[in-house]
Amino acid sequence: MAQSAVTHAAGGGHGAEGTRRDFLYIAAGAFGAVGTALALWPFINSMNPSADVLALSSVEVDLTPMQLGQRITVAWRGKPVFIDRRTPEQIARAQADNTADLPDPQTDKARVKKPEWLIMVGVCTHLGCVPLGQKATDPRGDFGGWFCPCHGSHYDTSGRIRKGPAPKNLPIPEYAFLDDNKVRIG
Amino acid sequence: MANTSAPKPAFMNNPMVKWIDYRLPIFTFMHHELHEYPTPKNLNYWWNFGSLAGIMLVVMIVSGIVLAMHYTPHVDFAFNSVERIMRDVNSGWLIRYIHMNGGSMFFIAVYIHIFRGLYYGSYKAPREVLWWLGIIILLLMMATAFLGYVLPWGQMSYWGATVITNLFSAFPLIGDPIVTWLWGGFSVDNPTLNRFFSLHYLLPFVIVGVVVLHLVALHTHGSGNPVGIDTKGPQDKIPFHPYYTVKDLFGLGVFFLVFAAIVFFAPNMLGEPDNYIPANPLQTPPHIVPEWYLLPFYAILRSIPSKLIGVLAMFGSIFILFILPWLDTSRVRSARFRPIYRIFFWLFLIDCVVLGWIGANPPEGYFLLIGRLATAWYFLHFLIILPLLGWFERPLPLPTSISEPVLKGGGSVAAAKPMEKA
Amino acid sequence: MRKLVFALVASATLVASTAAFAAEAAAPPSQSWSFSGVFGTFDRAAAQRGYQVYKEVCSACHSLSQIRFRNLQDLGFSEDEVKALAAGYEVTDGPNDEGQMFQRPAKPADRFVAPFPNEKAARAANNSAYPPDLSLMTKARKDGANYVYALLTGYGEPPAAAKLMEGMNYNKFFPGNQIAMGQPLNPEQVAYTDGTKATVEQMSHDVVTFLAWSAEPELEARKRLGVKVLLFLLVLTALLYAVKRKVWRNAH
Repeated sequence: MAQSAVTHAAGGGHGAEGTRRDFLYIAAGAFGAVGTALALWPFINSMNPSADVLALSSVEVDLTPMQLGQRITVAWRGKPVFIDRRTPEQIARAQADNTADLPDPQTDKARVKKPEWLIMVGVCTHLGCVPLGQKATDPRGDFGGWFCPCHGSHYDTSGRIRKGPAPKNLPIPEYAFLDDNKVRIG
Repeated sequence: MANTSAPKPAFMNNPMVKWIDYRLPIFTFMHHELHEYPTPKNLNYWWNFGSLAGIMLVVMIVSGIVLAMHYTPHVDFAFNSVERIMRDVNSGWLIRYIHMNGGSMFFIAVYIHIFRGLYYGSYKAPREVLWWLGIIILLLMMATAFLGYVLPWGQMSYWGATVITNLFSAFPLIGDPIVTWLWGGFSVDNPTLNRFFSLHYLLPFVIVGVVVLHLVALHTHGSGNPVGIDTKGPQDKIPFHPYYTVKDLFGLGVFFLVFAAIVFFAPNMLGEPDNYIPANPLQTPPHIVPEWYLLPFYAILRSIPSKLIGVLAMFGSIFILFILPWLDTSRVRSARFRPIYRIFFWLFLIDCVVLGWIGANPPEGYFLLIGRLATAWYFLHFLIILPLLGWFERPLPLPTSISEPVLKGGGSVAAAKPMEKA
Repeated sequence: MRKLVFALVASATLVASTAAFAAEAAAPPSQSWSFSGVFGTFDRAAAQRGYQVYKEVCSACHSLSQIRFRNLQDLGFSEDEVKALAAGYEVTDGPNDEGQMFQRPAKPADRFVAPFPNEKAARAANNSAYPPDLSLMTKARKDGANYVYALLTGYGEPPAAAKLMEGMNYNKFFPGNQIAMGQPLNPEQVAYTDGTKATVEQMSHDVVTFLAWSAEPELEARKRLGVKVLLFLLVLTALLYAVKRKVWRNAH
């Protein structure tokens, strides 16, 4: 280093020289740290849902063939969605239970757009199993709704948690009725 | 005067650090290998490329692991899964271009590292095993690069795989069964792609293992240096940290500037357009070329009319490096004090560039002739010139120590000049 | 050297593909493109016109399989426009609850609909020549944008010495100078809605802009980010150089 002999006389690591060196170290270190963090972000973000996954995030379901009292399961974003065409009795029971002792209080009205159609994500809010109750032969639990066999959570005819370890009601996905017989989920 | 044994840093007195270090001396180890590790004080910027290569290995592994999360190793989906990475995966194009061009940058760093070793005689005693480990790393890198190039399943992927695997058919009797075994079928097909993906994922970690051995061997006798004489005492050395860590970091900044310029503004400059055409087993592209870093070896292969000898010559061109420490009979390490070897070093470098250029061109007419001459020169350099030079060359007088490289009287000014960098 | 390689590739193709007449494919002249250069972006109006050209002319034979309708929003089409464009195509979906495949209107998430169900059908309909997919065309040829432009504008009368094979057309930029595709673009072939005059050069320029986008939709994001990264690295490297000098001042 050509000038080192000249500058060395002023060195010694104190005074203005020392401050300037500290500033340089801090600036370079900060730049390096920020740069590394910024460079890592694309790698982390690449694991988030990609554009093609996000583009497929809604499904349309034709409700025409569904009978009163019938329950069907459709796949949406890789998860089962329960569609239940409820009978008047089931609706009445769900509404009557609005005032019952609910772990996650919610009125039946808040959970449906049309009382006849209950649409929810069929994933138990405890640890992610799919509750039984879709088939007529399935156990439906103590409240006539759904029963999760993994850890014994009971859901009522509005899909609300009533008994068992699950903390929340079955979630309601975003959906809209395109016409009387067609619903778009997502 | 620089310190050779730096005092223990303050954090080493932290009780937690002490507790761990007593049971697993990781901090003592790091302190010893990085902080105390005495390094010749006169290393120039050509010594940066070892650590640059190491960092590129990390970049390749990190970007590769993320790409593998999105890639599908099946002949029907591979090409489209790569295009999906380029179009739909968040920042997928960036990660793929980093990986694609990172391979080239890795080879650039390693080739400069190798030629630095050739110039300064870094392969000579007591660093022969260090040199061997480096050659093994190069061989593993070539295999990994070749396997990775097949994965996008473009035309050049497919036909490159076909041509290179067919090399093994040159061996008599066992050749054809070996090729069938490599393919897992009767042509390059889905089983081939699957195993190539598996091995492409595995080999980089094998490289990491050999790199660790490379470093152990390096730290046993320490770095060589541009003067090529052994360090004589503390006055010749400085601690690796902070002197060479900061110098390496600065070099890394410059290297990444070049890398980023390619990734963002010319990402396909080093690639072949044909690899954006999906693989078609029924139609060969008019001109098959490997990636640039394999071209010299491809040229050697094609310059020899016999299939078997061509294959042997190609592998031999790398394996000959294993016996280089004994082919070079000169006792002087650095080309700085070997006026004739210095000329032959540059001729050899030009020869390798010529071979690369020939490898990119069809083996016809003048290209064939030049390719043959360049191949002959390649082996001549190692087998004839180097052994003879040791006997006939009169090296310049060596300085007595690194600290006083400028000799009074008979010393050469040119020899001392690069010291300014240190 | 790359040009030399290209010339040799081209001549090698030529020798291999036809002995009918020996003429070298001319090197494509460079055009000025909105997307070249460090700050290049896609000219949206040109790309939209290019999409019209692709849709009305090229798509009769060439697929564009890497592009999905939703991607068109990048070119400035609104979400509703994209939905309407997609609905103009039928795609096969299924199986439905009866186990049958069925046709439905395309959705924005669907890929562009290919003109032929597979390569064999495409060859059968095109005198055994295969119209390649165009999604990556400007990346899959040397100097791709200029090459495609040159090809589209490079039709003409063959030189007297040239003997064309049955069903082939003369194009001085195609390797071998004989191309199965007839001249695709003729003046006023499409009616541009923005009033641009549809000359062959204009349509070629527009469709190449569109194809360059379809090959490298990340180009704008890449260049924008690249400028920032390079500036950042410049500052960081300068700082590291200063630190390096400071540290080494003590060692001599």
